[in-house]
Amino acid sequence: MSVMQRHFFQVYVKSKGLQTCHLINRRVFHRLSANLYSQNPPTSKFDERPEFPGSKSEFISKLKFIDPDKVDGIPVYRALGRDGKILEDSEDPKLDSETVIKMYKDMTLLNTMDRILYESQRQGRISFYMTNYGEEGTHIGSAAALDQKDMVFGQYREAGVLMWRGFTLDQFMDQCYGNENDIGKGRQMPVHYGSKEMNFMTISSPLATQMPQAAGAAYAYKRAKNGLCVICYFGEGAASEGDAHAAFNFAAVLDCPVIFFCRNNGYAISTPVKDQYRGDGIASRGIGYGMPTVRVDGNDVFAVYNAVKSARDMCVAQNRPVLIEAMTYRIGHHSTSDDSSAYRSVDEVSYWDKQDNPISRLRNYMTNNNFWDEEKEKAWKLKARKLVMKSFAEAENRKRPNPEEMFNDVYDILPKHLEEQKNEMKAHVKQYKENYPLEHYDKLF
Amino acid sequence: MNFFQSITSALDIVLEKDPTSVIFGEDVAFGGVFRCTVGLKDKYGKERVFNSPLSEQGIVSFGIGIAAAGATAIAEIQFADYIFPAFDQIHNEAAYFRYRSGNQFDCGGLTIRAPSGAVGHGAIYHSQSPEAYFAHIPGIKVVVPRGPIQAKGLLLSCIRDKNPCIFFEPKILYRSAVEDVPFGDYMIPLSEAEVLSEGTDVTLVGWGTQVHVLRDVALMAQEKLNVSCELIDLRTILPWDVDTIAKSVVKTGKLLIAHEAPLTGGFAAEIASTIQSECFLNLEAPIQRVCGYDTPFPHVFEPFYMPDKWRCFEAVKKLVGY
Repeated sequence: MSVMQRHFFQVYVKSKGLQTCHLINRRVFHRLSANLYSQNPPTSKFDERPEFPGSKSEFISKLKFIDPDKVDGIPVYRALGRDGKILEDSEDPKLDSETVIKMYKDMTLLNTMDRILYESQRQGRISFYMTNYGEEGTHIGSAAALDQKDMVFGQYREAGVLMWRGFTLDQFMDQCYGNENDIGKGRQMPVHYGSKEMNFMTISSPLATQMPQAAGAAYAYKRAKNGLCVICYFGEGAASEGDAHAAFNFAAVLDCPVIFFCRNNGYAISTPVKDQYRGDGIASRGIGYGMPTVRVDGNDVFAVYNAVKSARDMCVAQNRPVLIEAMTYRIGHHSTSDDSSAYRSVDEVSYWDKQDNPISRLRNYMTNNNFWDEEKEKAWKLKARKLVMKSFAEAENRKRPNPEEMFNDVYDILPKHLEEQKNEMKAHVKQYKENYPLEHYDKLF
Repeated sequence: MNFFQSITSALDIVLEKDPTSVIFGEDVAFGGVFRCTVGLKDKYGKERVFNSPLSEQGIVSFGIGIAAAGATAIAEIQFADYIFPAFDQIHNEAAYFRYRSGNQFDCGGLTIRAPSGAVGHGAIYHSQSPEAYFAHIPGIKVVVPRGPIQAKGLLLSCIRDKNPCIFFEPKILYRSAVEDVPFGDYMIPLSEAEVLSEGTDVTLVGWGTQVHVLRDVALMAQEKLNVSCELIDLRTILPWDVDTIAKSVVKTGKLLIAHEAPLTGGFAAEIASTIQSECFLNLEAPIQRVCGYDTPFPHVFEPFYMPDKWRCFEAVKKLVGY
């Protein structure tokens, strides 16, 4: 009698007359798989196993709590050393020079745009800004590994993904200025980008709300059999929201092809991770929800690329969610409304800026491989700055949209009460026009 | 068909005609705790009619995501009382999805169904009528049907409307209300109130179960006071049909609004203030609001809490005696 037959026989005898055939089959499978994969010896000579529907495991007869402090942390995967050398040949993504140069240029162009827009906010020219310093590698590495048609749900610090996909400097600037060319029609704060054309869902301020939405979109993609997946970015602070829990659980239970990409940069505004969670970061939670999980060095653009590429394959082929936690460091302030020196040391920031930066690491790789040199660097820096300044000046000089746009798109069509309120606004502004900044807006009358 | 069967019938039509449509929520796969989804999983498959984990914020946001991807999402919240964990997703996300993206993205394919209203013994968390909370949110539609024919036609309109809709189903009517509901596909327009019986002396406005209470009140007023009441079912709370109510009040000069939800901040306040400014010269008496009291919805005191026909009748007397 084979192992399988013996187990089937035992179960059958025990449950005879009490259980349906369906249940017996389930139990047999259950026992077999447990026996095949369990590394612990049986704990009872009667070979009794728990039959609780809520879990699949075995009994133990000694009380033992699982102590998270005695479990090793999930390791951080790297492909590229700080010196720009590939650590293991098998992990070299072997990207062609053109792709690597685009990666580098996008990271540095984003960095240049960040510096100029940050300064412009300091000068009061735009109302708000959030930089991406130190996290450019997570954006570009992940974006490069996706299909351009994969849907992106982001938080707000993922502008590099859009840059990789071809969102133009003009489009970034137009959004920050809320001018008449802004696709978002000037309704949201700066850095709340979105692009249907680039499959980048419009950013919203409430944290983590996009996470279960991403799972839902992935479910619809699975049903549409379009061969695409969804990627959802969020910070380690947002992962504390209830929506993060809902997202992980729904995605796992409903088999959604979604990549959850956590940017763990050590801080949520002023809150360090020690005040954010007590477990082993975010990655350790993935396993609890039944998701394949990996932790990567977020300052290593190739490690991020490799992880997302594999995750994407898993998502699309197996219809299941994957969690990636990219370890990085938020080099800039949280936003232009924040002075981070109030809660962390300049030395700490400087270490990450100078010693372990995604841009310099990739540059080392490129120099090692003769893709790049000092001369190219100088020329590109100059060009990037010029391109950004040109877009910036143009965006600043464009008018804001017609104030009537305030009422559109609340619903698909303008309902009667909003039509009336729009007319009321127009009549009022007409009467008191010297009190409203009409000169900055597209013609209302 | 009774009320819950008319809901099933509407859902059946949608699943059949729209291959992207899915239905999900807590316990919907076996037919739902109110039997509204019975048989649908067997007919359309478990990928289209499925249980979700027990998380209202997850249910609504999962639905937003499905709708944002271009499919039709019909989400069920088991009781309207439990819709509040999803408030952020409804308010900050679903309602503003189209607006904030400059109409690049929308979640118009989302409909949220939730049983609401008093049921006799539902106490604090199985009786609530939360429509007024949602009436303050630009970007969504809020609908409450009064019976099976309305329920099917309005639900089909909600599901096919290009905006996120919340559809509150008065749960006391699930089994008690029975009508000859057409088997075929039909829609009843949103944002249109319905004048159920014409009258000349007082306008009565309600929605959901309260329409039936007001119908009794109209009969009592006719019999006992010889007062002719015009009865209006508002049907859509947001955006609501100001014109139909105003037109009626211009004629009658008197208005009574009744709802189960508490008085303060209830939707009757919105109707009363709007009608007061639209019909100031026609009003012959102060607008009356007969509502639940400003307390949580109590268990054993439910008969005293409700805006029943006697409380409404007394308000009619006040209006005509003013």
